[in-house]
Amino acid sequence: MLGYIIRRILAVIPVMTIVAIFVFLLLRLTPGDPAAIIAGDMATPAQLERIRTSLGLSDPLHVQFVTWVGLLLKGELGTSLISNTPVTQMIGQRIWPTFNIAVLTIVLSVLIAVPMGVLAAWRHRTWVDYAVMAFSVLGFSIPVFVIGYLFIQAFAIELRWFPVQGYAAPSEGFGKFLARAILPCLTLATIYVALIARMTRASMLEVLGEDYIRTARAKGVKETVVLFRHALRNAAVPIMTIIGTGFALLIGGVVVTESVFNIPGIGRLTVDAILARDYPVIQGMILLTSGLYVFINLVIDLSYTFFDPRIRY
Amino acid sequence: MAASPQPAARLQWLFGAIALPRGWRVGAGPLIAAAVLVVIVAATLAAPLIVPHDPMAMDALQRLKGPSDVYPLGTDAYGRDMLSRVVTGGRVSLLIGIGAAVISVAIGLMIGLVSGFFRLADAIIMRVMDSLMAIPSILLAIALVALNGPSIWSVMGAITIPEIPRVVRLVRSVVLSAREEPYVEAALALGSSMPKILWQHLMPNTLAPLIVQGTYICASAILTEAILSFLGAGVSTEIPTWGNIMAEGRVYFQLKPSLIFWPGLMLSLCILSINLLGDTARDLLDPRLKKREA
Repeated sequence: MLGYIIRRILAVIPVMTIVAIFVFLLLRLTPGDPAAIIAGDMATPAQLERIRTSLGLSDPLHVQFVTWVGLLLKGELGTSLISNTPVTQMIGQRIWPTFNIAVLTIVLSVLIAVPMGVLAAWRHRTWVDYAVMAFSVLGFSIPVFVIGYLFIQAFAIELRWFPVQGYAAPSEGFGKFLARAILPCLTLATIYVALIARMTRASMLEVLGEDYIRTARAKGVKETVVLFRHALRNAAVPIMTIIGTGFALLIGGVVVTESVFNIPGIGRLTVDAILARDYPVIQGMILLTSGLYVFINLVIDLSYTFFDPRIRY
Repeated sequence: MAASPQPAARLQWLFGAIALPRGWRVGAGPLIAAAVLVVIVAATLAAPLIVPHDPMAMDALQRLKGPSDVYPLGTDAYGRDMLSRVVTGGRVSLLIGIGAAVISVAIGLMIGLVSGFFRLADAIIMRVMDSLMAIPSILLAIALVALNGPSIWSVMGAITIPEIPRVVRLVRSVVLSAREEPYVEAALALGSSMPKILWQHLMPNTLAPLIVQGTYICASAILTEAILSFLGAGVSTEIPTWGNIMAEGRVYFQLKPSLIFWPGLMLSLCILSINLLGDTARDLLDPRLKKREA
């Protein structure tokens, strides 16, 4: 068991190394002069030179890589080309709105999606099942920003239940935070709910056909207990997996949603960085989010034994 | 003179691998989806012939007008006809969707075949693919477009690359189970060359799941194009795409929501249809999944 945990943690190293190499090569192997690409058409030679020095582009490739990884291991992601502040500091200032929204979204999604999936599997081939499936296909088919604008139009402009845009930290009052966070969270949650509900339904359908479910029912166990204790627990592993892999989807959604709702998080930071071609910030964001993705999936992998005691390593 | 094999016979080895369940019937949903898709594709293909206005023609006097006889869906902030733009915009969006699906399936198939059959290559390829999958696809695409410029090909490439690992994993898993089959052993014993085994004996097994996967990739690529344009990292704004039209409509959203609504509706209908057809194809082509659900 301990051996497995150690091996699983060590397996993160090659993956993150390749991610780092990839991010490094992304800029360097682009056809043309990377400094010119970043600076744009209107750049002066002095600007080009400044970008080259700041990214260390004049050195040979392997020297650049060693320097870059050295800084990376010290936790330095470089300096923004626009504001000249360290990227880590910029991310640090902007991460909390994103973190709060993301956590609320994940909690909300699981609370909505899992019962939906369970219900759909329990009432297989009835209108409940079809409604859940229809919602799930629909959730995959509408761009996240269109959902956001529809929500704004319906709940903020027509019904005036919530403010149109903006953000308030939970420290300013939880009610205030919730009023501004609920629409972005629901927007983000749509596709995540679609994904999790679909997987929950499929996984539950498989488990509900098992003999021990029939046995439990024959013993007269209450149906809610059968569904949530006997079946859901056995169906949990694929659901956990999809929550983990869906995290990548969530990050893409965050970038878009923060623009729609004007939330000053790292998603907005990324969009501003793209528009300004602030490459160190884009690079830092890719590394950070990939690292998070790998970490979350590691935790989920290790949590399988908790959900399913049959799994032993 | 030896008769050259008939085309049908030549493709038998390929399409023989796609088994349709006997006596299958298609429900109303997929039929409607197919009809919607045919209409959208036909309209966008014929766009230059059927649209009432030049989608690029600006008219300062007609800015942000509501629907009228001349402009059935109204006009945008530059006085351009929305109907013409939405129909024309589908061309590039669909091109990117189909292009990304075909290219990622083709590249993923090659890599997946090699990875599934050669253990040494497998270890390296799968680490690289795992790493690629760890990078959120939107961010990767954004970075690629930011570096390679906003051309249609660069956007298509940026959307394609993050999809490749998913195809590789799929192909690899199919090959891993298929290569233990006796016919592969027999082909090996008969001295068939490795490329021939890979292509003629193993590849057809991947065809059915790849068709399904390809439709999903196509749908998600169209969605990603819209998101990239929305974020300002898509195809150059001079070219109307569904994403670009919505991105431009953003500024005037509170004034005129229909600027986002119409292209959004077209795009969603299109993706919905593709996804529904993908689900149908999966049910038809993959009897294992069907059985599990029943």
